[in-house]
Amino acid sequence: MSAANLQLDRQGRLLHFLTVEGLTRRHLTEILDTAESLRGVAERRVKKLPTLHGKTVVNLFFEASTRTRTTFELAAKRLSADVLNLNIATSATTKGESLLDTLRNIEAMQCDMFVVRHPQSGAADFMARHVKPHIAVLNAGDGCHAHPTQGMLDAFTIRRHKPDFPSLQVAIVGDILHSRVARSLIHALNILGAGEVRVIAPRTLLPVWVESLGARVFHSPKAGLREVDVIVMLRLQRERMERALLPTEQEFFQQYGLTEERLALAKPDAIVMHPGPINRGVEIDSRVADGPRSVILEQVTNGIAVRMAIMSITLGNHARPLGEDA
Amino acid sequence: MRIAIEGGRVIDPAHQTDVVTDLFIADGRIAGSGQPPAGFVPDWRIDARGQIVCPGLIDLCARPREPGQEHKATIVSEARAAASGGITTLVCPPDTDPVIDEPAVVELIRRRARAAGQVRVLTLGALTHRLHGERLAEMAALKEAGCVGVGDGGRTVASSRVLRRALEYAATFDLTVFLTPLDPELGHGLAHEGQVATRFGLPGIPVAAETGVIARDLELIRDLGVRVHFGRLSSARAVELVARAQAEGLSVTADTAVHHLYLSEIDLSGFDSRCHVRPPLRGPRDLDALRVGLAEGVLGALCSDHQPHEPDAKQAPFGDTEPGISGLDTLLALSLRLARDGVLPLPALLARLTWGPARILGLDSGHLGTGAPADICVFDPDAEWRVEPDVLRSRGHNSPFLGWELHGQVTHTLLEGQVVHAREARR
Repeated sequence: MSAANLQLDRQGRLLHFLTVEGLTRRHLTEILDTAESLRGVAERRVKKLPTLHGKTVVNLFFEASTRTRTTFELAAKRLSADVLNLNIATSATTKGESLLDTLRNIEAMQCDMFVVRHPQSGAADFMARHVKPHIAVLNAGDGCHAHPTQGMLDAFTIRRHKPDFPSLQVAIVGDILHSRVARSLIHALNILGAGEVRVIAPRTLLPVWVESLGARVFHSPKAGLREVDVIVMLRLQRERMERALLPTEQEFFQQYGLTEERLALAKPDAIVMHPGPINRGVEIDSRVADGPRSVILEQVTNGIAVRMAIMSITLGNHARPLGEDA
Repeated sequence: MRIAIEGGRVIDPAHQTDVVTDLFIADGRIAGSGQPPAGFVPDWRIDARGQIVCPGLIDLCARPREPGQEHKATIVSEARAAASGGITTLVCPPDTDPVIDEPAVVELIRRRARAAGQVRVLTLGALTHRLHGERLAEMAALKEAGCVGVGDGGRTVASSRVLRRALEYAATFDLTVFLTPLDPELGHGLAHEGQVATRFGLPGIPVAAETGVIARDLELIRDLGVRVHFGRLSSARAVELVARAQAEGLSVTADTAVHHLYLSEIDLSGFDSRCHVRPPLRGPRDLDALRVGLAEGVLGALCSDHQPHEPDAKQAPFGDTEPGISGLDTLLALSLRLARDGVLPLPALLARLTWGPARILGLDSGHLGTGAPADICVFDPDAEWRVEPDVLRSRGHNSPFLGWELHGQVTHTLLEGQVVHAREARR
């Protein structure tokens, strides 16, 4: 069973949210439209809906994260769920209990939803394959595979600024090879019918078969950024230098960093995005990151609404919906 | 004990025999075929009508997990699986725990195998001490202890200097060197560097991780006159390199694992950890090229690369699982399907499972000539069975072929003239 099938029920409704790949435009549009309707909640005096009242959401993080975990937590709380945060540091030297044992233990606490981040590609899939049927699994990032809620919040942010997808040109710049964000966003944009998705990076930071994901490859920002509507900069991890993928941060910034000069290659109303946390002066110049075209903080805000939407849709579709009264 | 195997289709690739006849066994050896030797009175008759009688299978790579990983399997459990799969000889690579780098370990395995009885377990000694790739192992002592060759045990020797010396030293003692080419640095990944790894975000293992090492090794052996066997090839380019070296006259042989002839990267869909193997399952073109390489004889042997696991070893996210497939139970039936599919004729296929590996090992077995050890496999080529956990005799049930319908079931296995497995043929 492929991941795409694993996350759908027989009627094709989302039970889990593991990857964007294999979903239909209808699925994605439902998420975006729901997020749009939920976006207003934060502006209310009481920032809460009763949708997940009485439900328990567990944030199960096997990798350090502040932003993603916090926005998942806020999303769950704004839907009135109880939230449990579990940060399980894993390293090769301190092998704890198996993932399956962790899962069974938390299952025994009668939870309704697992939000999982794990350093291994396929970890969320693995969880979804083994959880009891009433539990929904949301992938909050698995290895280099997928970060589908990030992909959706990026698509949501883009749609708010550039609703005409067929004419849309999006450039994703940086470490595509290790980026689960890039993979999920490329799938989301293609499914939503974006005009063109470009990836811009040196060969060392591109998967060999990146075109097969549905992206056009550029090695130079000069060519790749020309006339684009959206620029998505990716975070560059420091260990890439140690693993001989790049010589120095300085050279990366010189060749690929987003400066005002390079931004001028894009359309005059192009927006600048970044999944965060940003490395100022490595992939992006502070003047661009803080500039008028940057929607980086808006992405963070939108992340809450999109995650609220995905939580209510998946739990709403579950066989034993405890929130029927909501 | 005298046994007559009567009325079977006897296929003996070494002697290019393929004929319906009787085979006679006395004192653990083949006593003749066709007409019984003078005064031969069988103690036991095996009715082999409608069945195929061939030499017992010789599996160039199977890990019974003993010593060191008895929680996965033991020589006793895997010997039973081998016997029921028609395998009479299996070769255990040196990466046991402790490593096969001293005679005591060779002796230990021999003793356990003898106690288990059902299969002959041959050992490869380590090429380097502890398989660390730094100092030479005591290859002469290992040979005297009974090792049929020396090898890297799945850990490519990174240092060209050390490898060159090890090859020279092995050649001194007329030892065949068994290498499994996978660059330790480039091979540091989880899946074939292709479309599937790209989609799934799995670290890729490029074909060059295999071919780069083969190219280096071929240059190193060019002037040494040492016999080298490359095990578990996975790519079309690797087959090409070996074919070219063979054409040039280098004493190079190679094999592949049978799962590489049926599965490709596509089978990793859904992060199926049962398909987590090293070298990785590659693209459909590689699969086709391996089949051609087997048919043309560039790959002179087909093996199971048997690696049984306990269930937990495969119950985790893909990258946290252990590589390997449990393959003893399915080796023959999967191989037979190649003949059914027209990849190569049945006698040629059986050659890759018997006489081919015997020659690579330098053994006087894997054939049915008079006087040869009576290691024999009798199977019903048409008996259909479904691969299910409860029919697998290996303790490891980690097979991606579960649920497959296969043809070919072993009815009798003889090891040195002793019946070590027998089941009623379906009539």
